[in-house]
Amino acid sequence: MIPAAFEYYRPKDMAGVIALLQEHGDDARVVAGGHSLIPMMKLRMAEVPHLIDLQGIDGLGGITIKDGAVRIGAMTTQHEIITSQALADAAPIMKEAALQIADPQVRYMGTVGGNVANGDPGNDMPGLMQCLDAQFHLTGPDGDRAVAARDFYEAAYMTERADDEVLTAVTFATPVGGHAYEKQKRKIGDYATAAAAVQISKAGGKVATASIAMTNLSDTPIWSQAAGAALLGTDCGEAANKAAVAAMLDDIDPTEDNRGPVAFKRHAAGIVLGRAIARAWSRA
Amino acid sequence: MKDDITREERVAGLKGMGCSRKRVEDARFTQGKGNYVDDIKLPGMLHGDFVRSPYAHARIKSINIDAAMALPGVVAVLTAKDLEPLGLHWMPTLAGDKQMVLADGKVLFQGQEVAFVVASDRYVAADAVELVEVDYEELEVLVDPFKSLQSDVVLREDLVAEDGSIPNGAHGPRKHPNHIFTWEVGEEEATNQVIDNAEVVATEEMYYHRTHPCPLETCGSVASMDKVNGKLTLWGTFQAPHVVRTVASILSGIEEHNIRVVSPDIGGGFGNKVGVYPGYVCSIVASIVTGVPVKWVEDRMENLMSTAFARDYWMKGKISATKEGKITGLHCHVTADHGAFDACADPTKFPAGFMNICTGSYDIPVAYLGVDGVYTNKAPGGVSYRCSFRVTEAVYFIERMIEVLAIELNMDPAKLRSINFIKKEQFPYTAALGWEYDSGDYQTAWDKALAAVDYTGLRAEQAQRVEDFKAGKTRKVMGIGLSFFTEIVGAGPVKNCDILGMGMFDSCEIRIHPTGSAVARLGTISQGQGHATTFAQILATEIGLPADSITIEEGDTDTAPYGLGTYGSRSTPVAGAATAMAGRKIRAKAQMIAAYLLEVHDDDVEFDVDRFVVKGAPERFKTMKDIAYAAYHQAIPGLEPGLEAVSYYDPPNMTYPFGAYVCVMDIDVDTGVPEIRRFYALDDCGTRINPMVIEGQIHGGLTEALAVALGQEIAYDDMGNVKTGTLMDFFLPTAWEVPNYETDFTVTPSPHHPIGAKGVGESPHVGGVPCFSNAVQDAFRPFGNRHTNMPHDHWRIWQTANSLGMHG
Repeated sequence: MIPAAFEYYRPKDMAGVIALLQEHGDDARVVAGGHSLIPMMKLRMAEVPHLIDLQGIDGLGGITIKDGAVRIGAMTTQHEIITSQALADAAPIMKEAALQIADPQVRYMGTVGGNVANGDPGNDMPGLMQCLDAQFHLTGPDGDRAVAARDFYEAAYMTERADDEVLTAVTFATPVGGHAYEKQKRKIGDYATAAAAVQISKAGGKVATASIAMTNLSDTPIWSQAAGAALLGTDCGEAANKAAVAAMLDDIDPTEDNRGPVAFKRHAAGIVLGRAIARAWSRA
Repeated sequence: MKDDITREERVAGLKGMGCSRKRVEDARFTQGKGNYVDDIKLPGMLHGDFVRSPYAHARIKSINIDAAMALPGVVAVLTAKDLEPLGLHWMPTLAGDKQMVLADGKVLFQGQEVAFVVASDRYVAADAVELVEVDYEELEVLVDPFKSLQSDVVLREDLVAEDGSIPNGAHGPRKHPNHIFTWEVGEEEATNQVIDNAEVVATEEMYYHRTHPCPLETCGSVASMDKVNGKLTLWGTFQAPHVVRTVASILSGIEEHNIRVVSPDIGGGFGNKVGVYPGYVCSIVASIVTGVPVKWVEDRMENLMSTAFARDYWMKGKISATKEGKITGLHCHVTADHGAFDACADPTKFPAGFMNICTGSYDIPVAYLGVDGVYTNKAPGGVSYRCSFRVTEAVYFIERMIEVLAIELNMDPAKLRSINFIKKEQFPYTAALGWEYDSGDYQTAWDKALAAVDYTGLRAEQAQRVEDFKAGKTRKVMGIGLSFFTEIVGAGPVKNCDILGMGMFDSCEIRIHPTGSAVARLGTISQGQGHATTFAQILATEIGLPADSITIEEGDTDTAPYGLGTYGSRSTPVAGAATAMAGRKIRAKAQMIAAYLLEVHDDDVEFDVDRFVVKGAPERFKTMKDIAYAAYHQAIPGLEPGLEAVSYYDPPNMTYPFGAYVCVMDIDVDTGVPEIRRFYALDDCGTRINPMVIEGQIHGGLTEALAVALGQEIAYDDMGNVKTGTLMDFFLPTAWEVPNYETDFTVTPSPHHPIGAKGVGESPHVGGVPCFSNAVQDAFRPFGNRHTNMPHDHWRIWQTANSLGMHG
């Protein structure tokens, strides 16, 4: 639990961050809350000779809700997600999910940006962002660009972000209808055995829109288009629910670990999704 | 002379036994002002860190330390070759085996200590560890004790003679190179005969998985060899500092008066800090070599991987009964996985600890226990994790066998227990496997527990739930977990309990100061139990000085009297007894002083709360405060000045706390998630010294029981890799996972203990594990479950439901 030596930087502006990233390439990493990266460094599983702290940069935090859109700065903590009444009104699934991440001490430090940018398949926010069809905003030497959350994740810890880019914010349209974030975990602070993010809207008693994403059941979050499609136009009853679960099961690819064998994880995935759909529908 | 306060006020003012005195330790602990081993910083101190084996079984072809030594700040890199001239490359274990301090030619478990780097700071040491090049040749790994006993692969070549024969081990003949011992208690033939001819027989095999005590503070030490005066000071996480001093003296050749061992504040032990670890030895050697203090503190992963584990017992049981449910015989065989070295921390004559308490709380006429210890490629240890020696295993075994027998008899398990309890009038009761139970009133406790939870109502609710489940109305099943346990604690009588030949008495030394305050020193050491609070309460009642005026000191071998330390719930039964006895010596002298001061005969005064009074004339008295002053500053004919006492207490018997626990659980069969709806714990620990501390102990022990039953394990893969090496995977419950506990009690004092106390720290763990496990198993009993192994984590519970066809 003793990290190797590293240089620590605390630049005052994004230009300074980018310059450092360009100078040191993949020998440099930015750190936000540090609750994923620092433990990896202590275990010497991540060697980071140049650590760039983003705490000194203005404008990376804050939650803005305007014109039907939500913008969450990368340095916004999970705690701020939980305590923002405006966000709870606009996108209640954010609070429901954030309350299931880690524990209060971690949530005071852990950030949305770090959670989505790290590419850890165990993190909850990536799947949630895919469910909400969020855009990730990246700043690099060539300026700004946006990448859809659904296109961002390539494999475990591998993302669309280039080494010299920084994720600065996530944005998404204010979701409509009912929501649910259902997570099974072994204990407080654990990653999901299986988790489902569901957002459903209703029109004329039928499902108008449905978006479903699963967490920690593949090496990336899984947005299951087919599972959402299975609900469209239905009364979201038992048959539709089962069809959505079946479709989702075709998209996930869990591996065995201490949380259990594949058969159990697939079963648990089906259960948490079934429950999430029912709860989201009841709120739609 | 008249008092202006009442007798009740005088009693209350003492804060003696029976009062929920607030813990005096908490002021420093809650403010971060404790002083732990890692807080010790000495001038010029160096830091040690281990190169550890990534393999579970490998030959070491070479170790190259050149690159590490070249790193600025590195002072030394010790290997077995460096320790060999001192005879310290191996060390004796507490179980009569020996253990490599640093890998001597091969490694036998993942995480084994290979080299010890000593550097100017902790960071340099960690960097240097990465620079030590070790060339390994992998060998076949044995993680299954049954396969180990069949294998041609010899794990411990040092224990096979040159002609290939297998010399006896510390506990007698060995059957195979990987076999450690066979230990047998009871009458096997007679037991088999009873079981073979019984009306009803239940058999079961169960695996009590390997786990780890995982104290919040990991193990560590700081050694400081003063080459000028020849004194070695060793601070460390020691549950038995005096034992460490004696062992250190024997191993190092340094005379015992030149060794000072100090256990400072200890952040939890639970058995993990009983053993002697290579880190302690290496810090001492490194300090001797370098002439400056050397600190070693392991990290969490090292703690989980290499310092002592608990359990890992494969248990096979047969129990017989009449058709009416009267148990007639019990047969138990254990295959005990001890890992690479037999480093179990048990009294010498008990290689499987007190596993022979496995007849439990029941009157079983004939029984047999056989235990075979086996070497495997796992970490050594085998400590008693929040229990007396192997008692958790024993109680789990019998409480599962009772449940299985109840299934065989188609009988309610609560009733089956009642039929078989040792009856109140049978105490002292000698069990079939030899122990003499001191006192108990099991039926009263059981009836109280069952009434408190409305057991009949719960069973009716469960029956309805089964109907509802079968009708598709619910996906949750309900379990009622029962356990009735008897612990055996307070090791122990020197006639049958010793560790490495050191008798397991304990001690207390009291010094009363002239103005009526006192310091008492004990041979034990608190790791969070609150000794400074509770031992002062015992003394307050015994000597009539307020607990707030009594300082309790432990853990410094230069000042504390010799004792065997704190584990196995022995502090109150043994050192608590010594404290009371020393207090009574104080009181005896005080009586003579009081009589002199009151100008009456010794027999004409009697003790009353905080004073001696003239019999029949209570207005004539001398307080203990008056007496203390006079003891020092008044010439009293025939008496030496001063008021001090010391007592070394060798207990005549163990003590046998007991309890009745009930857990009500709802289990989601689809996710395998258990919800604990209710947990009721009735404990009888004899005389209660501090009810608040007892309640705290019970909450803690139950929480560790919940952990073990529901998920906490040290798991290995086939290659001997530890799969649960961090707290992400090793389950350490938080307030979030813990239910509300309802505590209750009865009081059946120990007849042989001076104050009747029995010890309580470990009871809730011993009774709690089978209670949680039985709740899970009981939930599935109506659907055909007989036994499933712990830990009952989500996927294993799900698997039970799945195998019973409950997922459609």
